Amino acid sequence: MTAPAIELKGISKAFGPVQANKDISISVQPGTIHGIIGENGAGKSTLMSILYGFYKADRGEIWINGNKTEIPDSQAAIAAGIGMVFQHFKLVENFTVLENVILGAEDGGLLRPSLAKARKALKALAAEYELNVDPDARIDEIGVGMQQRVEILKALYRQADILILDEPTGVLTPSEADQLFRILDRLRSEGKTILLITHKMREIMEYTDTVSVMRRGQMTATVKTKDSSPEELAELMVGRKVLLRVDKVPAQPGAPILEIEGLRVVDDAGVERVKGIDLTVRAGEILGIAGVAGNGQSELMEVLGGMTVGTGSVRLHGNPLPLSGLGADGRSRRAAHIGHVPEDRQSEGLIMDFHAWENVAFGYHRSPEYQKGLLMDNAAVRADTEAKMAKFDVRPPDPWLAAKNFSGGNQQKIVVAREIERNPDLLLIGQPTRGVDIGAIEFIHKQIVALRDQGKAILLVSVELEEILSLSDRVAVMFDGQIMGERPADQTDEKALGLMMAGVAGEAA
Amino acid sequence: MEKMPKWADVVLIPLISLLLAAALSALVILGIGEDPIEAVKTMITGALGSTYGWGYTLYYATNFLFTGLAVSVAYHAGLFNIGGEGQAMLGGLGVALICLFIPWPHWSIALIVAAIAAGLFGAAWAAIPAYLQAKRGSHVVITTIMFNFIAFSVLNYMLVNVLKPQGAMDPATARFPEAIHLPSLHEILLPLGINFSKSAPANVSLLVAIAACFVVWLLIWRTWLGHEIRAFGKSESGARYAGMSPLKITMIAMLISGALCGMMAINNVMGEAERLVLNSTEGAGFIGIAVALMGRNHPFGVFLAALLFGFLYQGGAELALWSSIPRELIVVIQALVILFTGALDNMVRMPLEKLFIAVRKEKA
Amino acid sequence: MDFLTLVQVLDSTVRLSTPLLLACLAGLFSERAGIFDIGLEGKMLIAAFFSAAVAALTGNVWLGLLSGIASSLVLAGLHGLASITFRGNQLISGVAINFLAAGITVLIAQDWFQQGGRTPSLIGGGRFAPVELPFAIGASEAEAAGRPLSQLLAEASPLQQVYSELISGHSILVYLSFLAVPLTAWVLFGTRFGLRLRAVGENPAAVDTAGISVVGLRFAAVGICGVLCGIAGAYLATALQAGFVKEMTAGRGFIALAALIFAKWRPWHALSACLLFGLLQALALRFQSINIAGVSVPVQLMEALPYILTVVILAGFVGKAVPPKAGGEPYVKER
Repeated sequence: MTAPAIELKGISKAFGPVQANKDISISVQPGTIHGIIGENGAGKSTLMSILYGFYKADRGEIWINGNKTEIPDSQAAIAAGIGMVFQHFKLVENFTVLENVILGAEDGGLLRPSLAKARKALKALAAEYELNVDPDARIDEIGVGMQQRVEILKALYRQADILILDEPTGVLTPSEADQLFRILDRLRSEGKTILLITHKMREIMEYTDTVSVMRRGQMTATVKTKDSSPEELAELMVGRKVLLRVDKVPAQPGAPILEIEGLRVVDDAGVERVKGIDLTVRAGEILGIAGVAGNGQSELMEVLGGMTVGTGSVRLHGNPLPLSGLGADGRSRRAAHIGHVPEDRQSEGLIMDFHAWENVAFGYHRSPEYQKGLLMDNAAVRADTEAKMAKFDVRPPDPWLAAKNFSGGNQQKIVVAREIERNPDLLLIGQPTRGVDIGAIEFIHKQIVALRDQGKAILLVSVELEEILSLSDRVAVMFDGQIMGERPADQTDEKALGLMMAGVAGEAA
Repeated sequence: MEKMPKWADVVLIPLISLLLAAALSALVILGIGEDPIEAVKTMITGALGSTYGWGYTLYYATNFLFTGLAVSVAYHAGLFNIGGEGQAMLGGLGVALICLFIPWPHWSIALIVAAIAAGLFGAAWAAIPAYLQAKRGSHVVITTIMFNFIAFSVLNYMLVNVLKPQGAMDPATARFPEAIHLPSLHEILLPLGINFSKSAPANVSLLVAIAACFVVWLLIWRTWLGHEIRAFGKSESGARYAGMSPLKITMIAMLISGALCGMMAINNVMGEAERLVLNSTEGAGFIGIAVALMGRNHPFGVFLAALLFGFLYQGGAELALWSSIPRELIVVIQALVILFTGALDNMVRMPLEKLFIAVRKEKA
Repeated sequence: MDFLTLVQVLDSTVRLSTPLLLACLAGLFSERAGIFDIGLEGKMLIAAFFSAAVAALTGNVWLGLLSGIASSLVLAGLHGLASITFRGNQLISGVAINFLAAGITVLIAQDWFQQGGRTPSLIGGGRFAPVELPFAIGASEAEAAGRPLSQLLAEASPLQQVYSELISGHSILVYLSFLAVPLTAWVLFGTRFGLRLRAVGENPAAVDTAGISVVGLRFAAVGICGVLCGIAGAYLATALQAGFVKEMTAGRGFIALAALIFAKWRPWHALSACLLFGLLQALALRFQSINIAGVSVPVQLMEALPYILTVVILAGFVGKAVPPKAGGEPYVKER
């Protein structure tokens, strides 16, 4: 038997008080695709970054091809034949593909010969692995799928035998993802070893030979994929049976609350992100918007939340909502009884350095009940915070703690409490459970359903299909700034939605 | 969980930084063959040993209070206003115009109007960089630096070509009328039975500066506007989510900052020189940076830091008088304070945080 | 204005542009690597002092130049320590360095020379002598003819005037600084080091994951910046003028910064920007006011013009000045 391509022994890593990896051991056979699956924050990326020398492990050993190897930096990882494609690409945007490929792997001090050599090598690689990329295109002029190819080419140009891919399909359409897996298959057949990090069950089941499951910084199991089942892996991943469907009674949709017609959003770079969509959300229903990240959902939420400008017609209770100019801001939206849980709580929903109580006032800081004459009534805000913390079981229930010092789930509870407790007529909620632990997910889902049952309208955006399917009453799919189709949630499934997410328009159901 | 207790962040780190700056300054003094202990003694006697010394210390501190507050208000909005010098110069121009061309019946009315004019002129000088930052993304640090130089040229032109009395040689305005002479600390304290030095320049502007401290504290920590300024300074995307206008906040914060710098002129131009000279600001706009950093951008901290720098300035002047150590020693100390409390903050902070985590683990 | 006057103004433009150009290229290296540097002024100032001081003490201008470079490198190292190693605020560090230089130069000058913060005037080998190119009319020709140089020049042909006055007769550092422009362009766009340097200013994570040290690259850039500022300062005190006086850089570091923005961080454009700003200085130096189409332009406006132009450029009214993307941000590995 050949030595494992990679063997990790007892790897541990802590970031301050957070133990990201605890005593992890794993062995990966050469010429296989080895999946690593786990929830957000399970420590997958940290482990791979250690293997790539991006972080240094506190303890543990790395063995490559049967040799104990020190990997203090990425240089050493590259020398050991390891290449990595990060979730967020590490490319220089105003460089060409060629320049990005040779960066750090140049031949000698002058650029010209290095570029010429790389151009030849790239041609050969393109032929061998079907990795066609224009070597003279600038990175900021090509799409994400292409950028990912450049990352793979970078690794291959450095003669990597082991390729790590961190959540490679997060930004890809299903068809782009299929292409990627064809390339990976080709690489495997050439004897390369591939480590695939993902939280998507489908990818694990379809493409991997072996799978390791991580939970809360620990490796809970490594099994042959064909000997396992999604249910078994899911249980290993979360530690108990997953609640696939949220308990809820059928919706009782009432009058339309939000009516969108021909809505368009153009971003700062002049690219049209939302291309004339029509949607209606009724009282007492949850409309879920599915789609691969980056297909206009964020911009849709932003324009409805008053964070960006758009054109078209949006009516709330039949009254037009300004999409630009006066009244097109978050404050006016709140005044119109629109609650908004933004997609990114760390950079938008919360001010991480503010105390919890300041964050409870955040966005509502000009509300009359928080004012006392010219000044703010901080005592009133703090009392309100304590009440909300108790009701939403925020831990620790300390109004004076800075937002950054709460866990992800508790941070999200603060945001959700602030927006839901105002009793909005319409709730915009984006990625409600991203980076949130299972317990908090259930709690937040229940709150959303409870708000619906009070007869409020809810517009939900999530890239987690499972969340969309279990929470929504109706599902609309966005692709390339357009609505590809709408389905009642109980009359569709992941496969049908997946097709629409890839841009295949759905026929009437 | 907090990495370290709040008091360590607020008190310990500035204190250690200050000690480091002091230790290095002592080495510099030793390096040029002088005795640092003697130097400190001279400085303390000179700055705090008499009401004359105190009068100068407080006079300088008044300048630094205005500029320190100015830097810290902008800083809360995430803006580094390095243009305090230019804004203070323009403030001086505003004060000079008000005092020279309008006959005021009483100093109190003149003070109010002059303070408003100084604030307006300073704010106007901050308005263009602020607008360009908010609307066109032009980095406010670079534009305010440029505006310092432009302010100098403007002032130079105004003094040489417009305001200089006929026949006068140096670029300065005429003396302001006697009627608007601001009460000095001597005149204020005399009715209370305190005989403060007559020749020291500290004046009623000090009280205005202290009031400004209090107002800034209320504004930043107790109003919704302050909430918006601080939120915007921490996260622009967060501010947009919450419905705050980046343009408005940038403008307001910089206008307040510029106005505070401008208002310094009621102290140095109206209170002390009683005419406008070319170099009336004496670098106070820049010292505001050190004061704000040292004072952790909190008005009370700024107050203490302004006093410290007032002491350093007066002490340094005395030192230059009684020893062969030039006044530029203060510039070195100022640089070291900015370096340690600002740029090298992490050098002090990181080991300290490790220490606190270690101690906590020990206890657990 | 007659032709000779024009040539003389241009000659003075070249002299005045030189320190701007050196400092501007210094800033270019630093900022292209993602380290903002508003401490160009301070580094020039300390180099001006130490070059003049050592030249005065040893009588050897080359030793002076080396000391100037060394002192500037010390401050560059401090900037690197603060902004690279300890990931501090690069702007604040720059401010601190400017003050440090302003204070320490006077302090040491007073201690060493007791002349109120200046060095003794440099004579003979303590200064960079002008380089007389062949066939140019220079001091030696004037001596041989026994007539004043200005008279000889006034009588010469326009071509000879240009050659002798504008092209010949500068110190070696002037020629060096103009050579530095193509050299910088070549290093930046033709070499491996340049590729990596530009990459680290745009996306340090790309450089880091490619197995190259971000810290090493940035320190190298800051070091080059120190050397160039050192030469700029030495030129001021030992070539343009004969000795150090306090605050002698007089804002040149900031004009260089302005030129850098004006040039949008490109070497050849830096040359044009510095020549333009040098011309403005030369005009302000020679004339108290200039009549343009009947309107008298005060000297103060000319002094302020570089700054005003930079603000206009920054405002994006004449093309947008986009700095290197990672500029000003300390590199922290993301979690």
